[in-house]
This record gives sequence, structure tokens and C-alpha cells, in this order.
Amino acid sequence: MKKRAQFDKVSLSFETPKGRLNVVEDVSYDINDGDFIAVIGPSGCGKTTMMSMLAGFQKPTTGKVLFDGRPVAGPGPERGVIFQEYGVFPWLTVKQNIAFGLTLNANHVPTAERDAICDHYLGLMGLSDFANSYPKHLSGGMRQRLAIARAYAVKPQFLLMDEPFGALDAQSRSNMQNLLLKVLETEGKTVMLITHSVEEAIYLASRIVVVTARPARIKEIIDVPFAYPRDESIQERPEFAELRSHIRQLVMDEYRAQQAQMRPVSFSE
Amino acid sequence: MNGAGLRRFGLGLIPWIGAILLWYAVRWSGFVNVSLIPAPHQVAAKFFELLTKEGLLIDIFASTRRVFLGVALGILVAVPVGFLLGWYRPARTFADPMINFFRALPPIALIPLVIVYFGVDELAKLVILFYASFFSGVIVMYEGVSQITPLYIRVAQTLGANQAEIFRKVIIPLTVPHILTALRVALGVAWATLVASELIAAQRGLGAMIQNASTYFLLDVIYVGIICIGLIALIMDLILRKITARLLVWQDRAIA
Repeated sequence: MKKRAQFDKVSLSFETPKGRLNVVEDVSYDINDGDFIAVIGPSGCGKTTMMSMLAGFQKPTTGKVLFDGRPVAGPGPERGVIFQEYGVFPWLTVKQNIAFGLTLNANHVPTAERDAICDHYLGLMGLSDFANSYPKHLSGGMRQRLAIARAYAVKPQFLLMDEPFGALDAQSRSNMQNLLLKVLETEGKTVMLITHSVEEAIYLASRIVVVTARPARIKEIIDVPFAYPRDESIQERPEFAELRSHIRQLVMDEYRAQQAQMRPVSFSE
Repeated sequence: MNGAGLRRFGLGLIPWIGAILLWYAVRWSGFVNVSLIPAPHQVAAKFFELLTKEGLLIDIFASTRRVFLGVALGILVAVPVGFLLGWYRPARTFADPMINFFRALPPIALIPLVIVYFGVDELAKLVILFYASFFSGVIVMYEGVSQITPLYIRVAQTLGANQAEIFRKVIIPLTVPHILTALRVALGVAWATLVASELIAAQRGLGAMIQNASTYFLLDVIYVGIICIGLIALIMDLILRKITARLLVWQDRAIA
């Protein structure tokens, strides 16, 4: 299988007034074409930083982050990013938001094709009735669907998602998860998902990378044994429960380690 | 006009009627010498007299043109300067104390110097109004621009936007609201400074009219001048608010 993205002995640290802060330490793993990787770990552990390096917003201090065999130099349209805060452009209508990427030089989409692409994603994401509305009229779930539609419209080979459903209520969240699975089935993409929800990781991902408390190191990489297409019934399976308690244990251990780390520091100040 | 519009209009009218009634009340209360307060109907009569016989419109036009030119030039310079200051932190560190120094100076204090360097012509008034609009606008611009979140720029980058596209398609739309606010603030400050700028030996203009009237103790003329300045400022602000509402339909406002 073709390697899409590689983390090769990646570390990232920066200088603070209190000394060197290691955020990511010696992380190596590959993401193959068609993989759905979920990265899970205690909050503040540096998992977003991993994604940020692959997206091109941050550079590793040592080691290499490769995309299609070449070091990542900066953000680019072949790596779509879905932000937790959605980032839909408030001054553009829903349709103009989806069309935004298509109007850029880098994507070479002829004007004649733009409308068809927009309409396709408006339909797929259930936003057709809101094509000419401004984002201020949309709910949180709809904004996130719009952000996903906009990212998809430029046909990235790779989708990076930073806790995309974190700000949604439980219902919207599970709707969005099902929608994402459905869209992946038809559109097919390699995905790296950052999440703190164990259920979400198991339900969506083909492989789960559990990372340690800061500095983020790889604690375990787990293959999820469920085939796609998936539906909510897998959440009732005993394997699901077993995997959940195993991963939860790993994450909780790290959470406790993180708490223990923080205590002496806060006392010494 | 629909029912809601009519009600809003009526609601807006009430304080004006109240103010006129208060005006009459003060005049008739006996606490103040009646010759010191012309009655509203006397002022209205004077207004029509000035309008028809003394060329009040010429004064209004002269003042409006000065304010308009001063604000236009001031904002034209304030937008790029405010943008640079807001966008580049080092520029701010560099220029911030200087700008606050000049901003704190009331334009009136500069009039003697302006007369020395720019004479008493149209240019001198323009310089004062430019000064007032520039410094009030530049602050609004740079405070606004410095609060633009980097999120939208990052999003645009991940969709493949280059530097020029980010500027054209992300930064400019995000800057428009701040330009409009700067314009409104500058317009307010410029009207406030108008009278001062017309103290510099102006022939015509509302400020000059007030100034001349005060020499001959023509209180009704002074009242007409003051009310005209207020009304024109109000009309300009209303127009600008309409434009703002049109340009910024996308903005999520607590009160529409």
C-alpha cells in the first residue's frame, strides 16, 4: 500500500522563559493511502501539534514529516484541514464558502465546473436550502458540514481533522460521524483525526494512535477490527466494548501521569 | 412605511419634541433672561430668513465640503497606516507612542501653528480636519485589524490560497467593517473640529457664521448654526449606517 504521510523520528520543542518545552518527542508512524487514523490522548498532550506539522503550520525541531515522500514545506490544498472552530468565512454565503477554494489559482477549476461541484457538496451535506444564506444563520453542526464541504470541494488527497465535532451536542455529533462515514464511502479519502473521544476513534478509524501525556510519544498503535461500511450497530458488539475499555485505560493512565506531572510544578512556583 | 417603521419613527421623534418643549419651558420659567434664549419658532424663522436671503446653503455647502474632503483624505491615509500598524507588531511598537502623542493634542491647540505654516486659506482648514480625521481613524483601524483572527488565513492557506489571494479574498473583507467604523468616528470628530477650523478667518461656513454672529450677539443665528451642524452630522451618519448595513449583511449582530 502506498505511503501517504510519514512521521519519521519527529520531535518538536520550543524555548520558554522556564526552559525547554518538549511538545512532541520521537514520534514515528506511517499513514497509508485509504487509512483513517485517529490520534487520541489526554488534552494538551500535543496531538494537535502533530496534525499541525502535517498541515504545514509548524515545523518539527528534529526528524521529518513527509507527505507523498517530500518534506512538508507549508499548508497546501492537497491536505484539507477541518478546524475545531469551523473557520467558515462569515462574509461569504454558504455556496460562496464552498466555491472559495475553487476560485483560487492553485486549484485550476474552470468557472463552468464550479457550480456543479458546489451543488454536489451542497446536496451531500444537506445544505442546499441554505445555499444563499450567510453562516450567521447556521447551527454549529451545519457550520461544520459547510467546513467539510468546503474542504472536500478542492479534492484534497488527505483530510486532517482537529477535534471537528468537539463543540457539537451529542446528537449532532453522532449525525456528523455517520455523515462522515457515508461521505468517505463515496468520496474516499485518507484521514487523520485528532480526538479525545474513545468511542469516536473506534467508530470511525481503521487505526488508532494512542499518545502519551506531554511530551507526546506513541504509546500504542491499535488496528480497529471492524470493516467498512460501518453503522452504529458495531457499538453494541463485545469487541467494541473490549477495545473501548482497553483504550480508555491507556488514556486514563496518561491523564493521571499528566496530573502527577503538573502538581509538583505548580507547587514549586 | 409599514406599522413597525412608523412606530420606530414616532419613537425617534419623541425626544426631539421633548427637547423643544424643554426649550420653551426654560424660556418661560423666568430663571433665565428671555433675551438670552431665542424661542424655537424665532430660530426657525431665522433659519428660513438665512436660507432665503443670506445664502445659508452656501455656508452649509462650504462646511460640508471641508468636512467631506478632510475626512476623505484623513481616512485615505489612515486606512493603509492603521492596517500596517495593526498587522505588523514591530510597526506598532515603533509608532504607537508617537501616534498617541499626536492623538492627544486637540486640533484647536494647533491652530496658531497651522496659521503660521499654512496661512488662513482653505488649505489651513483642510489640514486641521485632516489631522482630526486621520488620528481618530487610524486608532480604530489598527485596533480592529490587530484583532483579526489568524484562523481564516490558515483556512485559506489550506485551501491553496497564495499571499495575494489571502490579502484580496480574506483580509480585505475582514478590514471593511473597521474602515466603516473609522469613517464614522472620523466624521464625528471632524464635525466637532469644524467650528475650530473655521475660526481661522473663514469667509463662509457654519463655523464662520457662528463666529460672526457671536461678535454681534445674534443668538438666533448661533442657534441656527449649531442646529445645522448637528443635523448634517446626523444625516451623514444615517447615510453611512445604511451603507454599513448594506455592506455588512453578513455580520452577526446582537441588535439588528
